[in-house]
Amino acid sequence: MASLSGSQAASEGFAGLGSAAEGFSVPQPGLPFRFPADHGPHTDFRIEWWYLTANLEAPDGTQYGAQWTLFRSALAPREANGWSSPQLWMGHAAVTTSGDHFVAERISRGGVGQAGVVAEPFSAWIDDWQMKGLAAPGSDQLAELNVTAAAKDFSYELRLSATGPLVPHGDNGYSVKSAKGQASYYYSQPFYAVTGSLALPTGNVAVTGKAWLDREWSSQPLAEDQTGWDWFSLHLDTGEKLMGFRLRDAGEGFTSATWITAEGRPEPLPAGTLQIVPVRTAKVAGRRIPVAWNVRIPSRGFDVTTRPLNDQAWMATSTPYWEGPISFGGNVGGRGYLEMTGY
Amino acid sequence: MTTWTLATALLSHWRRRPLQFGALLSGLALATALWSGVQAINAEARASYARAAIALDQNGLANLVSPNGGSLPQSAFVRLRRSGWNVSPVLEGDYRFGTTRLRVIGIEPLTMPAEAQTVDLGNAGDLLSFISPPGTLVVSPGTAEKIRGQTDLALRVSDRMLDGAAFVDIGLAQSLLRRDGELSRIVIAENQRPGLEPFGALVPALTVREPNAQTDIEQLTESFHLNLTAFGLLAFAVGLFIVYSTIGLAFEQRRPTFRTLRCLGVSLRVLAVLLLAELVLFALAAGAVGVAIGYLVASLLLPGVAATLEGLYGASVPGTLSLRPEWWLSGFAIAMAGTLVSSAQSLLRLMRVPLLAVAQPQVWGRSSQAGRRIQVLAAAALLALSGALLLWADGLQAGFGILGCLLLGASLLLPAVLSGFLTVMQRTSSGALVTWFCADTRQQLPGLSLALMALLLALAANVGVGTMVSSFRLTFVGWLDQRLAAELYVAARTEPEADRLRAWLATKVESVLPISSVDAEIRGQSMQIFGVVDDPTYRKHWPLIAGLPDVWDRVASGEGVLVNEQFWRRERLRIGDQLDLANDWKSTVVGVYSDYGNPKGQVIAGINALTSRYPQVSRLRYGLRVQPDQVADLRASLSGEFGLPPDNIVDQAALKEQSRRIFDRTFLVTGALNIFTLGVAALAMFLSLLTLSEMRLPQLAPVWAMGVTRRDLALLELLRPLVLWLTTFIAALPLGLALAWVLLAVVNVEAFGWRLPMHIFPYEWVRLGLVVLAAAVVSVFIPLRRLAGLAPSELLKVFASER
Amino acid sequence: MERYICAIVLILAAMVIALRNLSKSYETAEGRLEVLRGIDLDLGAGDSVALTGESGSGKSTLLHLVAGLDRPDSGEIVVGGRDISKLDDRGRAAYRRTEVGLVFQQFNLVPSLDVAANLAFHAKLAGRHDPAWENELVERLGIGPLLTRYPEQLSSGQQQRVAIGRTLAARPGLVLADEPTGNLDETNGDAVLELMLSLSKGTGSTLLMATHSQRLADRLDRQLHLRSGKIT
Repeated sequence: MASLSGSQAASEGFAGLGSAAEGFSVPQPGLPFRFPADHGPHTDFRIEWWYLTANLEAPDGTQYGAQWTLFRSALAPREANGWSSPQLWMGHAAVTTSGDHFVAERISRGGVGQAGVVAEPFSAWIDDWQMKGLAAPGSDQLAELNVTAAAKDFSYELRLSATGPLVPHGDNGYSVKSAKGQASYYYSQPFYAVTGSLALPTGNVAVTGKAWLDREWSSQPLAEDQTGWDWFSLHLDTGEKLMGFRLRDAGEGFTSATWITAEGRPEPLPAGTLQIVPVRTAKVAGRRIPVAWNVRIPSRGFDVTTRPLNDQAWMATSTPYWEGPISFGGNVGGRGYLEMTGY
Repeated sequence: MTTWTLATALLSHWRRRPLQFGALLSGLALATALWSGVQAINAEARASYARAAIALDQNGLANLVSPNGGSLPQSAFVRLRRSGWNVSPVLEGDYRFGTTRLRVIGIEPLTMPAEAQTVDLGNAGDLLSFISPPGTLVVSPGTAEKIRGQTDLALRVSDRMLDGAAFVDIGLAQSLLRRDGELSRIVIAENQRPGLEPFGALVPALTVREPNAQTDIEQLTESFHLNLTAFGLLAFAVGLFIVYSTIGLAFEQRRPTFRTLRCLGVSLRVLAVLLLAELVLFALAAGAVGVAIGYLVASLLLPGVAATLEGLYGASVPGTLSLRPEWWLSGFAIAMAGTLVSSAQSLLRLMRVPLLAVAQPQVWGRSSQAGRRIQVLAAAALLALSGALLLWADGLQAGFGILGCLLLGASLLLPAVLSGFLTVMQRTSSGALVTWFCADTRQQLPGLSLALMALLLALAANVGVGTMVSSFRLTFVGWLDQRLAAELYVAARTEPEADRLRAWLATKVESVLPISSVDAEIRGQSMQIFGVVDDPTYRKHWPLIAGLPDVWDRVASGEGVLVNEQFWRRERLRIGDQLDLANDWKSTVVGVYSDYGNPKGQVIAGINALTSRYPQVSRLRYGLRVQPDQVADLRASLSGEFGLPPDNIVDQAALKEQSRRIFDRTFLVTGALNIFTLGVAALAMFLSLLTLSEMRLPQLAPVWAMGVTRRDLALLELLRPLVLWLTTFIAALPLGLALAWVLLAVVNVEAFGWRLPMHIFPYEWVRLGLVVLAAAVVSVFIPLRRLAGLAPSELLKVFASER
Repeated sequence: MERYICAIVLILAAMVIALRNLSKSYETAEGRLEVLRGIDLDLGAGDSVALTGESGSGKSTLLHLVAGLDRPDSGEIVVGGRDISKLDDRGRAAYRRTEVGLVFQQFNLVPSLDVAANLAFHAKLAGRHDPAWENELVERLGIGPLLTRYPEQLSSGQQQRVAIGRTLAARPGLVLADEPTGNLDETNGDAVLELMLSLSKGTGSTLLMATHSQRLADRLDRQLHLRSGKIT
């Protein structure tokens, strides 16, 4: 659900995304993904993203988080060559340490080559930031990736290698977002093993760890009364994964989750199964934000409490939100990423 | 004695001499008015250049450009972005919206560095409509007024835009200018991340243009402002002549009062302070009036200045004036400074003269022999400097230096020349009255010389600038006749219509001359390339300055191109030089043509050569050759057949008239300033004569007593200033011609890039002479009426032993 | 100007002047001021007559009337057989030019001309320019060293000598002098007067001189006393 942060960013930056689909395509259930084509942009949908989060660790055990995101936002459901392209692109990159949170943003127009995504050989880029597929043609284009981003105060280069399959969420990739039926196409690659290096003001750090890539596209992702969301991607020490989110509204909110077995088999959980409760808030960028959560799936006996690596993982971008690495403990331990918007 | 009593005693002088008081105030006010008027115009124009610089020059950021000045590929921009450079693309060019030609500046708002985003594109929604089709034009209020209804594009009005330019999205710019995938330059943000690959490795074909490179417009308009400032200074100097002489006279006349006051125990200090206070008071009053008049003058002239700048240099200045504190402050300051400078001598003399020195007013204004010698030496030095500059110095500043030295030197020399002339006349005459006339005139010279110098300057400026403008006009009109050879000019609205038009015209007219042009950057200058067909019209009429014998064959074959004079001079081109016209298009210069009134360079190539390089070039406009008597019919059938609006069909006569009108408007300001300056000079002369007339009685009474009638005396009094005016006028002619020559052959070439043949217009001199005569008669009229109405008893008082 | 140079009026060897019932008044701030009230006077050719009286007794006015500088309210001024008070402006100017010489207390000279030009000025206007006679006058008046100077560069005595020289250079039939020594000290005054008397005698001119100095008046042939606008 990291995804939706992008959508909200887009809705503030580029307007109109909370409104009706207006000629854009709308996700339909029962249409299976077709790869590698679906790795590329779906320009007839309003919004789309390639969203990578990585939990990293230096040889000395120091924890880091890294984020690489490319958002696509369309002003019209078509693509064109040159500046008349209605496709807008936005990149967010971040590195989180226990004491610092480095953020950068890029905005670009499509059509001229400054930013874009090609399905095969896979490449997603904006300016000099790139997520480049290394896999041979014909094989899984997302299996091997090289990810780079650079800004004034930080840069990184990560080598990603998938140890499991691509995982569709919801009904075979049709992921419902509200009781009113808003939905998106949504799949993930949660099984990346990472090696790489971070360049920080304090020096270069070699890192290893785990990463999670989300792919999601839609045209009308939010119901009108939904104000924001809390989204978790968790790597359990057991090798299992959990994706879960809650969309907040005036009432109970709308929760959804996918339990992923260590082999990569998704088990979508019914709406309302996931329960999350804030346990600690922190003052971040002038607002109170719940940075630690109790996450439970009673039917599976899953009950953990998360805590952030850095309370202040604030993405001070054109649309600000909280996004940072977390660790959790309870009846199972592990690491993951938390994203919270609309606070 | 209280200060107030003292002040009353001193000020009573002015109450008794209202004319003198009026002279002082009006002289000071006029001087201030002309000065601050010119300053106001300059300040306004400069402010709009600053706007232009902000808008066009990306606020002092460096740019990547193509070293040959041509377009650069968009791929270079993408390559730089993808290597991490924070850069933004810009495409500029001229585009016609209906009848209005705008400088279209295509920008990319998402990448445009914040420090360069000088024009507010509005909120996110406005930004979206800016970048989305059909697009938005961001223009100044004035431009919005002009193009409203001429375009379907949305208009967004910004006060920070300069007139004549429009910000549009880069994509819209590319499609309007038909330059897909091309950029003019790439703006480099100041904020870059470290460790980037250098430009040399990424885009080796491009060069960095540093932000402080002065733009052409600045250089060009600077000359115009120098011109205006020179006029302003001239007018101010002329005004100060009045102030200086009035104050000097008032001090002399009040000497008895000063003496009495000092005998009554008023200290010199108190007296000086009071007089100074009086002057400051006057300066403030006159300054206020002057600034007000100056504002009026400026607001009257500014539309003309705007027209001039737009016509000559393509720089756009709004035709409205805003009240800027800097110039009303400077108006007061200059009034104050002028007063103090003009009164310094009188005040010093007051301090130095012993208490009981003769209280009798002396013959006022008599300058010492030594002073006259110094003046002549200074004049000679200035004239020599002017000659030296002419021989050895270059550049626009030197051109104006020559002018300044010439004018100042000549005017300093004038009293000596007039005095010499009168001495010779006096020596060679035998008649008592002629001798007396000459001697008396010579004696009046010191009192009149400032006014005469002012007059000389004003007249010379009139003759000189008049000659320049008329020479320009004559050349320009002749050139128009050559350039606008086709009888009818027609513009189709669309390409298909143009095709139909060509087919239809083929049988109706003698020949159809397509007028196709593209914007290009050649040798770093933005200019137009025109394509012409091979037609006798060009062979016969086109105004060539230099060229090979078979120049038109070479142009037609695509082997060579013609360049306009300004480009030719600016680049010091020679016939046979190679020219890079565009990417992969090199050609040879085979001829040069005159192209007056165009600030930019221009190239003419064969139409085939042009269209093969620019297949997308617009082919909408045509010149038509027909028999003159068929013009009206053809015009009617064109609008009947094609429904072309009147604006799209222009006949030659109308076009010429329009061009002439633009030209005349262009020099409106110069003309107006000329008249103002002449007016001030005439006023100076009038006031000087008036002043002198008050002291004429002792001069005239003995002559009258010896048997010369009052009528004859009055006639001689009339004749005297007329002789001086006439002599000054005659002296002004060669000076004015020298001025014109410097303007045409030195300043013009430096400022505009073309040299004009100098034509002499004796008829205009006669006209000016008549104006001068009329002004002279008016300036003598009041003093003379006073003399003619003089009762014998007035004259007798001079002799009365009991005075 | 030609007509001045070609003036043709001959010098009258004997200038006879007759004033009949001459009256003149002025408007002043205090009302009408009767300056002359019925003056009758006869002067013979070559006479030298002193006109004495208090300040304001009308001496200057009488001289101005005789000089043709002003017009009487009534009465006749017959000079050489013509009533000059009936002449128009131009006629009176011609009369002044050719027949009268004037010496005033001050402002006699033309400021813009040097001494030499001043000396010759009136003679040239009268059409009687005679360099030999001028040279003689220069010598007699002792103003040779001053010829190139301008009036403002001269002392009062020097100015007055030049004025006398200028008047006599034109050989006028009638010399009118108004306090010619008023600005001079006694010694200088006497010298100037002596010169004027002897020179005007030499040219046969009639001399009418206004003065309030009895001592000077005694030197002349005849004395007339003016009081309250009448000759007593």
